[in-house]
Amino acid sequence: MPADAFRRFSTRQGGVLWAPPCPRTMIRYILRRLLIMIPTLFGISIIAFIIIQLPPGDYLTTVIAQLSASGDLVEEDVIASLKAQYGLDRPMHVQYLKWISNILLRGDFGTSFEWDVAVGELIWSRLGLTVTLSVATLLFTWAVAFPVGIYAAVRQYSWGDYLFTGIGFVGLAIPNFLLALVLMYVAFKYFNQSVGGLFSPDFVEAPWTWARVQDMLGHLWVPMIILGTAGTAGLIRIMRANLLDELRKPYVKTARAKGLSELRLLLKYPVRVALNPFVSTIGLTLPILISGSAIVSVVLSLPTSGPLLLRALIAQDMYLAGSFILMLGIITVLGTLLSDLLLAWLDPRIRFDD
Amino acid sequence: MPVERQLPAEDLLLEVRDLHVHFPLDEGTVKAVAGVDFDVYRNRTLCVVGESGCGKSVSAQSILQLVDRPGRIVQGQIRFHRHDADGSVTVTDLAALRSSSRALRAIRGRHIGMVFQEPNTSLSPIHTVGNQISEVIQLHLGEDEEAARRRGIEMLERVGIARPAQNYDAYTFELSGGMRQRVMIAMALVCSPALLIADEPTTALDVTTQAQIMSLLQELQADFGMGVMLITHDLGVVAEMADDVVVMYLGQVAEYGDVDRIFHAPAHPYTKALLRSIPNLDFDQDIRLDSIRGMVPDPFHRPVGCPFGPRCDEVIEGRCEAENPPAFSLEEGGSVRCLHYEEVTLS
Repeated sequence: MPADAFRRFSTRQGGVLWAPPCPRTMIRYILRRLLIMIPTLFGISIIAFIIIQLPPGDYLTTVIAQLSASGDLVEEDVIASLKAQYGLDRPMHVQYLKWISNILLRGDFGTSFEWDVAVGELIWSRLGLTVTLSVATLLFTWAVAFPVGIYAAVRQYSWGDYLFTGIGFVGLAIPNFLLALVLMYVAFKYFNQSVGGLFSPDFVEAPWTWARVQDMLGHLWVPMIILGTAGTAGLIRIMRANLLDELRKPYVKTARAKGLSELRLLLKYPVRVALNPFVSTIGLTLPILISGSAIVSVVLSLPTSGPLLLRALIAQDMYLAGSFILMLGIITVLGTLLSDLLLAWLDPRIRFDD
Repeated sequence: MPVERQLPAEDLLLEVRDLHVHFPLDEGTVKAVAGVDFDVYRNRTLCVVGESGCGKSVSAQSILQLVDRPGRIVQGQIRFHRHDADGSVTVTDLAALRSSSRALRAIRGRHIGMVFQEPNTSLSPIHTVGNQISEVIQLHLGEDEEAARRRGIEMLERVGIARPAQNYDAYTFELSGGMRQRVMIAMALVCSPALLIADEPTTALDVTTQAQIMSLLQELQADFGMGVMLITHDLGVVAEMADDVVVMYLGQVAEYGDVDRIFHAPAHPYTKALLRSIPNLDFDQDIRLDSIRGMVPDPFHRPVGCPFGPRCDEVIEGRCEAENPPAFSLEEGGSVRCLHYEEVTLS
């Protein structure tokens, strides 16, 4: 929300809707939040590493098992040399330190065992598409939930409120993958169109051009709606409940007693206060979106991180899986940071709470 | 309502006539206000006093149509006399306007200011003091931000806020309860309204602050020459502040008159009982303080006859249970809804 637009929109009719906070308090708050992030990220990297080590065996065990299944015998010394080559014979903390220092110092995420290429080559494009899809879904969720939630609260128990509540509960109840299957079926059967993937066949391997972006946007809306339905339904309920609480607060009556119009006082006071829990859901929604999108991505065969992560985990492709988990953790932390900063920007009580 | 008390008609600000406010609920209709009449004059303070649930707050809030849903005005008139600078007077029936109409909004905050009970929750927690004050100025007086700021700071100083320029940019959670109520008063008076409605403005404050706020209100009234309608349950506040008094019981005006008459020659058995229940300093410690017997009846089951009948010590057998008395004028001025005064005159 650009502060100036708010100002321009509001000054003619008495008072500003919102004035930007004092920069000093805000900068102090941001610095404090950034400092807290450092130990958090460190902890995430350790947990990510432990998680990928948890299943019994390692990538070599999987390879040996496959080889023996096809009748090949693997010599003990070959195994040992392979172990040494991959560094799998070292103790866990040494492996971790080597992994994390390579990432921090050289940006080197290691090599994928299964694909035999640098992890970096595999994850970036998929992470980029995952973030694009998640952000698009989040925006879609907000764009729908915000006005509908306000409407449902202001016109509580009206025909429209019941309608949206009904749609909302259905949306919450349907699992994403089922919705994906149904949408794919409908699109294929009645529109003779394949909705899988994020690109048309011509663009799958093409370099990034404006045409490719347009092609992606044309495909993006299907997974966006599928992934966003449940979240939208949930957010409508949150917005409605928050706003209903705020509408009963005495400050709303004060604003009315001043002579403000209903729409203006609604937007300036109760909606603004009810916005807080709404904004704080960014941090929560991002991880849910990213993990929830894995199943949908498999169903729709989307080139996002979910399917590759799943495969890496099954194959015990340690560095690939670990890097994905680490990056998804970082994205979640960044999402939380973003929502906290937005909250502090919106609500002085959070800024001043030292 | 009788006009036998010689108050100057040109100072009349508000006439409330036969006001009824009902709350249709699932369990039945609550008649929170059941036929109330009173007048408010310039330069005078009208205190509306009564127990909780007697409808005093609902009466006050219905003047600007601020009663919470599902409450609504079902009958009666609220005639507001707007005195313009050129001496002309426009009379508007506020009860006939739609609650969100432009005409009513132009009166709210501009010609009638309102102060509420809870300064802590009546101000927005996420907007600065200045933002909330200047909003009224810009809305009604059409001043730009700069001018509104000057006027707002001036007003904060006027209501006794220390370092007004600094506190103008403060958030309400940085202020004490008494300061917040001063901000509320500044906000209500910043457009110099002709009438101020204060709905139990000191109930949420401690006793010392209460006294300060009351003397501030008196001071401001003297300066601005406005009419004040003060809702309270505290007879001490009434004695201190009132020129005229309305005693309410169960949605009706039990007794109406000027403050001296009410305190020295109370007419209604309810007023008498209320006055007997105030402790005073030369009170004999061995005697129990009087309280009014019984309880306020259930709002869904109003007594058939006089609403105070079941708790009254001076019941006229066979009549008070059957008739809800109309308002009778008193020789000493004012009026009373009690059959004991029937022979005096029917107003």
